Amino acid sequence: MPSADSAIFGRLTLDAIPYHEPILLVTFVATALLGLAVVWWVTRAGAWGYLWREWITSIDHKKIGIMYIILGLVMLMRGFADALLMRAQQAIAFGESAGYLPSHHYDQIFTAHGVIMIFFVAMPLVTGLMNYIVPLQIGARDVAFPFLNNFSFWMTVGGAVLVMASLFVGEFARTGWLAYPPLSGVAYSPGVGVDYYIWALQIAGVGTTLSGINLIATIVKMRAPGMTMMRMPIFTWTALCTNVLIVASFPVLGATLALLALDRYVGTNFFTNDLGGNPMMYVNLIWIWGHPEVYILILPAFGVFSEVVSTFSGKRLFGYTSMVYATVVITILSYLVWLHHFFTMGSGASVNAFFGITTMIISIPTGAKIFNWLFTMYRGRVRFELPMMWTIAFMLTFVVGGMTGVMLAVPPADFILHNSLFLVAHFHHVIIGGVVFGMFAGIVFWFPKAFGFRLDPYWGTWSFWFWVVGFYVAFMPLYVLGLMGVTRRLNQFADPSLQVWFVIAAFGAVLIALGIACFVIQIAVSILRRDQLRDTTGDPWHGRTLEWSTSSPPPDYNFAFTPVVHDLDAWEDMKRRGYKRPVSGFRPIHMPKNTWAGVVLAGLATLCGFALIWHIWWLAALSFLTLIATAIFHTFNYDRDFHIPVEDVVRTEGQRTTLLARA
Amino acid sequence: MSSDTTTAAAPYDRDVFHVEGEEHPQGSTLLGFWLYLMSDCLVFAVLFATYGVLGRSYAAGPSGADLFDLNLVAINTAMLLLSSITYGFAMLAMDKGRVPATQGWLAVTGLFGLAFVGIELYEFVHLIHEGATPQRSAFLSSFYALVGTHGTHVTFGILWLVVLMAQVAKRGLIPENRRRLLCLSMFWHFLDVVWIGVFTFVYLMGVLP
Amino acid sequence: MLARLLHTPPNRRAWLLLLPMLTMLGGCEAVLLSPSGDIAVQQRNLMIASTVLMLLIVIPVMVLTVLVAWRYRASNRTATYDPEWNHSLALEVAIWTVPLLIVIAIGALTWLGTHLLDPYRPLKRIDAERHGAALVEPLQVEVVALDWKWLFFYPQLGIASLNELAAPVDRPLSFKLTSTSVMNSFYIPALAGQIYAMPGMETKLHAVINAPGVYKGFSANYSGAGFSRMHFNFLGLSQGDFDGWAAKVKAQGSPLDRAAYAAIEKPSEAEPARYFSSVEDGLYNAILNMCTKPGQMCMSEMMHIDSMGGAGKESSHNWQKLRYDSHRAGSMDGFGHGPGHSHEPPGPPGDQPQPGGASAPAAPHH
Repeated sequence: MPSADSAIFGRLTLDAIPYHEPILLVTFVATALLGLAVVWWVTRAGAWGYLWREWITSIDHKKIGIMYIILGLVMLMRGFADALLMRAQQAIAFGESAGYLPSHHYDQIFTAHGVIMIFFVAMPLVTGLMNYIVPLQIGARDVAFPFLNNFSFWMTVGGAVLVMASLFVGEFARTGWLAYPPLSGVAYSPGVGVDYYIWALQIAGVGTTLSGINLIATIVKMRAPGMTMMRMPIFTWTALCTNVLIVASFPVLGATLALLALDRYVGTNFFTNDLGGNPMMYVNLIWIWGHPEVYILILPAFGVFSEVVSTFSGKRLFGYTSMVYATVVITILSYLVWLHHFFTMGSGASVNAFFGITTMIISIPTGAKIFNWLFTMYRGRVRFELPMMWTIAFMLTFVVGGMTGVMLAVPPADFILHNSLFLVAHFHHVIIGGVVFGMFAGIVFWFPKAFGFRLDPYWGTWSFWFWVVGFYVAFMPLYVLGLMGVTRRLNQFADPSLQVWFVIAAFGAVLIALGIACFVIQIAVSILRRDQLRDTTGDPWHGRTLEWSTSSPPPDYNFAFTPVVHDLDAWEDMKRRGYKRPVSGFRPIHMPKNTWAGVVLAGLATLCGFALIWHIWWLAALSFLTLIATAIFHTFNYDRDFHIPVEDVVRTEGQRTTLLARA
Repeated sequence: MSSDTTTAAAPYDRDVFHVEGEEHPQGSTLLGFWLYLMSDCLVFAVLFATYGVLGRSYAAGPSGADLFDLNLVAINTAMLLLSSITYGFAMLAMDKGRVPATQGWLAVTGLFGLAFVGIELYEFVHLIHEGATPQRSAFLSSFYALVGTHGTHVTFGILWLVVLMAQVAKRGLIPENRRRLLCLSMFWHFLDVVWIGVFTFVYLMGVLP
Repeated sequence: MLARLLHTPPNRRAWLLLLPMLTMLGGCEAVLLSPSGDIAVQQRNLMIASTVLMLLIVIPVMVLTVLVAWRYRASNRTATYDPEWNHSLALEVAIWTVPLLIVIAIGALTWLGTHLLDPYRPLKRIDAERHGAALVEPLQVEVVALDWKWLFFYPQLGIASLNELAAPVDRPLSFKLTSTSVMNSFYIPALAGQIYAMPGMETKLHAVINAPGVYKGFSANYSGAGFSRMHFNFLGLSQGDFDGWAAKVKAQGSPLDRAAYAAIEKPSEAEPARYFSSVEDGLYNAILNMCTKPGQMCMSEMMHIDSMGGAGKESSHNWQKLRYDSHRAGSMDGFGHGPGHSHEPPGPPGDQPQPGGASAPAAPHH
């Protein structure tokens, strides 16, 4: 008989609050104080109504894009704090010393670090950038499904909220970031950790899939007249391929996690050891999602570098056509390589060799891209502004990271390197050197477009050097340790001769921390100095694509008139051929209305996830039914759009005319 | 349908840099919904693959040949196929703008769908009563997951159908409602196609020795 | 030719010249670069060969990137500026072909190397000099990954050891591996590449150790709370020393039967090495088939029944005999300390647990 308590609270008891863990308690107090400070500040400024009307319920792709990026940066703080904790533990836990993190805590940290960095840092940054830039680049006023966009964003937030909740209520998974069964099965992980993992990813995953569908439809259907597929800006091309990958891989993740959830909640036998279950099937399925996921992250970064290198070389992109084909080839090949993540599970030699070679083949189009960037600089006028510095750092870093990747793709070499710190160094090499550098390049590049003033270059340069040097100091020792036969996810080491390398790596992590600090300072300083850094032209870098043709920040409707495209570098073409910005003849503009539905539905989904994690069945049922009822209620609202009155358009465009004249 | 041809063929002069007047992008709802269906199709692909891997792992328990009642499943299949046809009639009536006929055919479709779900639930209850629960073996786990996911889809399809009938009753066959009915139509036929796969792959091949 | 490259005898000095990475490692002990087993040596050679092939293109790209970026810096007004130059057929062909050629070379190496170094393939040589004729009968070792320690059976010798593995130098080793609860990866870097050990499944590994010494072995796949302390010593011994070691195991060890195994199987961390003078018949196979406890049905028997089309509707008794994970969960204190423990998953209605020991454990099929 279940007790009354468990009928109401499921398995949630006061013990779930980790008040006996000093590290968590301090973190909780600090987070709570910070949260209270923000609440107090917003309340004092009387900004709740503003936030609700202008941001939370906004269906403007630009605001949603900015919110995604803020989410990614906030979660970066959490994910990076985990990294510092791990580096500190590994730097001191030698011989008799067990360090300061017992395994049940340490194991949560490396799991959370991986999950957060991939799902709640890299994904929101990439999605945010695509959300902001793609409609502007193709000359559209919004995405195809603006309400869905808002809902997708809040679902991603819901997932992040659950991961954060696991820090203070209960625990997170102790399984590694992909939660292989049988370890993640209910028999060997009976706590709530894996359930947090499942529902956080499931809820965020729904958001990601829907946002993928949305952006594909946007790119396919809403391009400005004249913009054929082969006149699309390269960033939009990479965004298209990334979203195709999202739609074609995230459902696999969702289905796989659903089966794991059935094993845990219902007692089915998909991935159990007994009764015919097959844990290796999970490993296959999760990597069928997992490998494309890598390219979901890197392709938009490639797009950013292409835009940056062309803009700051003052030159057309070299080999646009081969760049497009390289992107498409990578998209397709990324589905044919998943087995290289587990060569060591005893597949036959021919199977291993096949997947090893398909993996290497991906390096061909990737190599072609590197050459294309190189030849774009050739005969250019290279301006070493911050985005360009990130790009060159990327090119020098990524080729080596790619090389260690091909080493891992040779199955016999993988047998000695698999799961080692060499592998850890490799994927940080390509993810930091590729995705993170790309996101920083993109943020610095498009920041003036989004906010109307440039980021302060002084602090940006400090941030750049701390990041780049910190990255090498932090991860080169891991290559060495990998070659010394050190495997990953250890919280204690017997051999004291390894310690020096871990101490160097920890020092590198501190340097990266300084890089992050300088980035935060850069933003703060830029806000303070925004009048000196103001961009009045809308085109601070001498850009080449349509987003630079409108004002910074763009008006709600992006373009007063839909542009017509005649050239790949549409804005460059317009500038060269003496385009005159229209100053009259404006009309009212048809736009979608804001809606409360996205945040409410996502909130209910998150509540339902929380209830399922803690087995609070009545609450799970209630929130799920409310979710359905709310969704149905929302469909009865047919009044979803409005016209921006022509006077508003005239006023906004008039202000821009004045600004341009003054510049 | 190809946006490429429509946008590229737009006759704009080399010197024209913006559209005078208001640009009306084409509706993207059907494309978007089609993309959603493809993503859903992948969910079913995973479940089919799972069944393909685990479908003969009986855990020294009952097999499909022991459990499946093909006659019942044949009736069930007929219900779903008929519902697809009647949905088609509903769409024909919608094209002619006949609200009562549309509503009538939608109602018939919903009843067939209910019959399908009802028969499936009866089958499940019967199987569970015989000890063939989802926990019994990997084969049964994957069977319930695949067939149950399809059944859940049909259930939500019925719910959606009821909502759309209410909206048609309230506002008539306005463009928004027509678009919604088209989406549900794609969804409904999609489930039909998936069911053909389930029927063949799970039931027919399951009773083979 | 490529095959010969694979078989190049380890000549460390030559590689040192080629690889700056190695000079960096000169001071420390990079076991992957100077292993003591022939398989690991060949894997190392393949890794280095592919690296060198890639450096052929990586180094020029890095140098060019720096040179081009510097030469065409905006302040250098003497450099050509051609903002429309964006295509060159010759260059495009080159930038696709050169990586392609290198990938073809590495791909050929990979295909050969993967087949030659397939862990399932019995050894054809002891080291670069000694081929075929020098081979003696392999030493069989059956490996079980437990929570969180390693159990080694030596079926030819009738002995077993915990957290210590010994093998004679230059004798081929033939490993069979399984696990009891979760996935582990069996890895002795000095000997050969790793292979996963997974419950209810058997993987294989062939290797040989060419130099005497004490080497580190461990699990290379995270397996829960005790993972970090799940390591063992691998002793490479001369034939005489190995015989002495085996005699010591026989003399000092205790017998390993199912009861003793049941005690060992319980999760524990940092276990010291232990010896077993004798092993109950079929114990490894029972572990592999998840039926060491009385009343459990073996996987092999279940698979046999399944291949015959299952056991029909009246077979609910088999369910209880086949349950494995949930039975173990109760006894595992090492796992899942933390809030919110859930109860066992529900089972088929009407199923009563069978009293333990009701039937003799079925013999596993081979």
